[in-house]
Amino acid sequence: MTRRPSFSPALSARVQRPAFFSIASVVIVACLFVDSAVAQGGGELRFCLHSEPKTFNPLLVEDDASESIRYLTGGVLVRMNRQTQGLEPELAQSWEVSKDSRQIAFKLRTGIAFSDGTPFSAEDVAYTVQQLMDPALHSPTGDAFRSGPGNVETKIISPSQISITFPAAVAGLDRLFDQVAIVSAHSPKKEMAVLGPFVMADYKAGSSVLLKRNPNYWKSDAQGRKLPYLDSIALEIQPTRDVEMLRFKRGEIDLINALDSEYYDKLAATSPQQVHDAGPSLDGEEVWFNEVAKAPIQAYKRAWFRSANFRKGISQAINREDLSRVVFHGHAQPAVGAVSPANKFWFNAKLKPEVYSPDTALKTLQADGFHMDNGVLKDRDGSAVVFSIITNSGNKYREQMAVMIQDDLQKIGVHVNLVTLDFPSLIARMTQTFDYEAILLGVTNVDLDPNGEMNLWLSSSENHQWNPQQKTPETPWEAEIDKLMRAQASSADAAKRKEAFDRVQEIVYEQAPFIFLINKNALSAVSTVVHGASPVILHPQTFWNAEQLTVVRK
Amino acid sequence: MTAWRKLACLLLLLVVGVSLAANWLAPAGYARQYREAAGAPPSQAHWLGTDEIGRDRFARVLYGTRISLLLAPAAALLSTLMAALAGGLAGYVGGLWARLAMAVTDLFLSLPWLFLLITVRAVMPLNVSPMASVLVTFSMLGLLGWTSAARVLCSRARTLRDADFVTQARASGIRGMRLFWIHVMPNLKPVLYAQFLISIPVFILSEANLGILGLGVAEPMPSWGSLLKELEGLTSISEEPWKFVPLILLVVVVTLFQFVLSRQEEVAA
Repeated sequence: MTRRPSFSPALSARVQRPAFFSIASVVIVACLFVDSAVAQGGGELRFCLHSEPKTFNPLLVEDDASESIRYLTGGVLVRMNRQTQGLEPELAQSWEVSKDSRQIAFKLRTGIAFSDGTPFSAEDVAYTVQQLMDPALHSPTGDAFRSGPGNVETKIISPSQISITFPAAVAGLDRLFDQVAIVSAHSPKKEMAVLGPFVMADYKAGSSVLLKRNPNYWKSDAQGRKLPYLDSIALEIQPTRDVEMLRFKRGEIDLINALDSEYYDKLAATSPQQVHDAGPSLDGEEVWFNEVAKAPIQAYKRAWFRSANFRKGISQAINREDLSRVVFHGHAQPAVGAVSPANKFWFNAKLKPEVYSPDTALKTLQADGFHMDNGVLKDRDGSAVVFSIITNSGNKYREQMAVMIQDDLQKIGVHVNLVTLDFPSLIARMTQTFDYEAILLGVTNVDLDPNGEMNLWLSSSENHQWNPQQKTPETPWEAEIDKLMRAQASSADAAKRKEAFDRVQEIVYEQAPFIFLINKNALSAVSTVVHGASPVILHPQTFWNAEQLTVVRK
Repeated sequence: MTAWRKLACLLLLLVVGVSLAANWLAPAGYARQYREAAGAPPSQAHWLGTDEIGRDRFARVLYGTRISLLLAPAAALLSTLMAALAGGLAGYVGGLWARLAMAVTDLFLSLPWLFLLITVRAVMPLNVSPMASVLVTFSMLGLLGWTSAARVLCSRARTLRDADFVTQARASGIRGMRLFWIHVMPNLKPVLYAQFLISIPVFILSEANLGILGLGVAEPMPSWGSLLKELEGLTSISEEPWKFVPLILLVVVVTLFQFVLSRQEEVAA
């Protein structure tokens, strides 16, 4: 139930009185109004999913839309607070990770039931873990726990105590349970019986998803009121961002996540109270050169691309401040490295963004025999420095960044040809034929822990983009990164892990296999009808505290 | 020629003339980035404002017009010549050859060109200069745009082949290609002329569509296609009306072509 606001004539008359009393009355009325709305029910929150959810099984989630639904409906043992980035107890009252990082023991809350009334116990946790690790299910969430060959053992100590043992050490083990929504071992509804604040009520394929308040949700607020406040959440499946924006402007939806900087400015011009810039996000944009030995590119170009001085020189000639200011309208920060400053614990604060300086860039390039000849940069054999950068067509921001980089590099005599390709063609060149010279793409980090980046940094990995699937590391610095990444992955000591990963960031900074450009800010829009929202940088930006939100419509 | 057609011709010539004078009218060029004035509204320094990375929109419209308006006729010429060879000869020779040529034409007409163009762009070498990309784009349009014209020309050539004056020429001993060049081809000229002129606006619009897909003319070179990309995501006409100038120019030029072509279309029909 929502309450319509009605301002009485008596209140209007008070507007003529001294400012203090006017403001005080408005604040008091507003507080009473919101409070009363909460007491009567928190209304319906509406926002858009940008694609069809691929699954409602929380163990099979791999797309954003399904992830949003899992976040709103799934009950987890521990939850990472999206604001503080710290772990908080949820269904587990407490937990303990063994020193070798192979075992985790949970003490569970009691008296909790699934949305269909089935009681929750350690059996459900054991069942969930077995399902998660079942190779036949192919759970993407389960992949993160697969640290080595062998089976995962679950031991139910009592209905409220369970320990789980993995065959090998799993770094950041407790944090991984943030993604594991517990499914019922006994409910006939299986994964549709949930422990989260909302429960699936209706789904119209290609159109909408309706979530309703879970009547059996276990949490209450400080005043003892049952959470969540909201009665329901209506999710519209809308892939077009323009339509989403128009619907927000018309008041038909209440939230927009990952808002475009251009839209942000347009909204800010008319209703600044509705837009939020939470600062740098985990997402970055970068350029890298093709260093693959068997790539079909000229040998002299491969030699350039494999030179740290060449990569560093190019990096120094790119004006990142301008990229942030012009392309993203100031809603981005020059990137330092693979880890965004938004990742509070793992970011190496000693590193600073590369300073734009064409002169320094030329000096760095001169160390490798590059020289200017009539405004054209040439290598020591006299070949003019010309290369192509490809990016995916249709991404306005990447295309603009590429044009600005082209202009920046022209100032040091480097000629860049820009090519926009459809995404499948680009991926085929990047991962199969290796027929490219440089690529400009973005990286979306969903995991704060460096273990989520193992597939990027290990030289043997398929996603080691500049030179993937190396049998043995081709350079000493890649060998060192391999060693450090493996060391941090097998350690349970957070300080040692941090030390190792800091060094990885330093090596990447020195060698510049990726030329990191910018970190986009986490922009979002929240309608004034939504109360309690506090947008953050981590997914799900605007509704991470959905159970505490209320909607009061006029 | 009617007064309207004369006026249309004059205006078209004016547009071409102004675009050819781009070097004098916009000496800073189309690629210079005024980054401190990115996304600026029209001013004395930038008559149509600047684009999102600070390039002078007026300069880009002039240079883009030059590229689109000069290369579209070249592509139209190429496609008309191909249509004349494929359609005209097939219609004249007739029989199995005509059926074969028309089958190939039908096959070309039924192909999903958008996806084929994406594929063609994907397999092209990456290190292509912007000027080369312009030439490749319009060449592709010319090489792929001959099919509809070929069908019209085939039909016309078939009619001419059985005309009395051709029968008379054949009776007087003229045979083969000599008969085609002396008696058939001159009578195909009005249709060829009309097809050529009709293809020009079609290719201008095609390039604009390719540009929107990121497949046309490479940056930093402008074309009407790349200029129209700016309209993506624009939620209100009144917001930044100067951004509509390339679109208005495109509509005006295509309309002018229609005025100029009205007579030729009648001939073609």
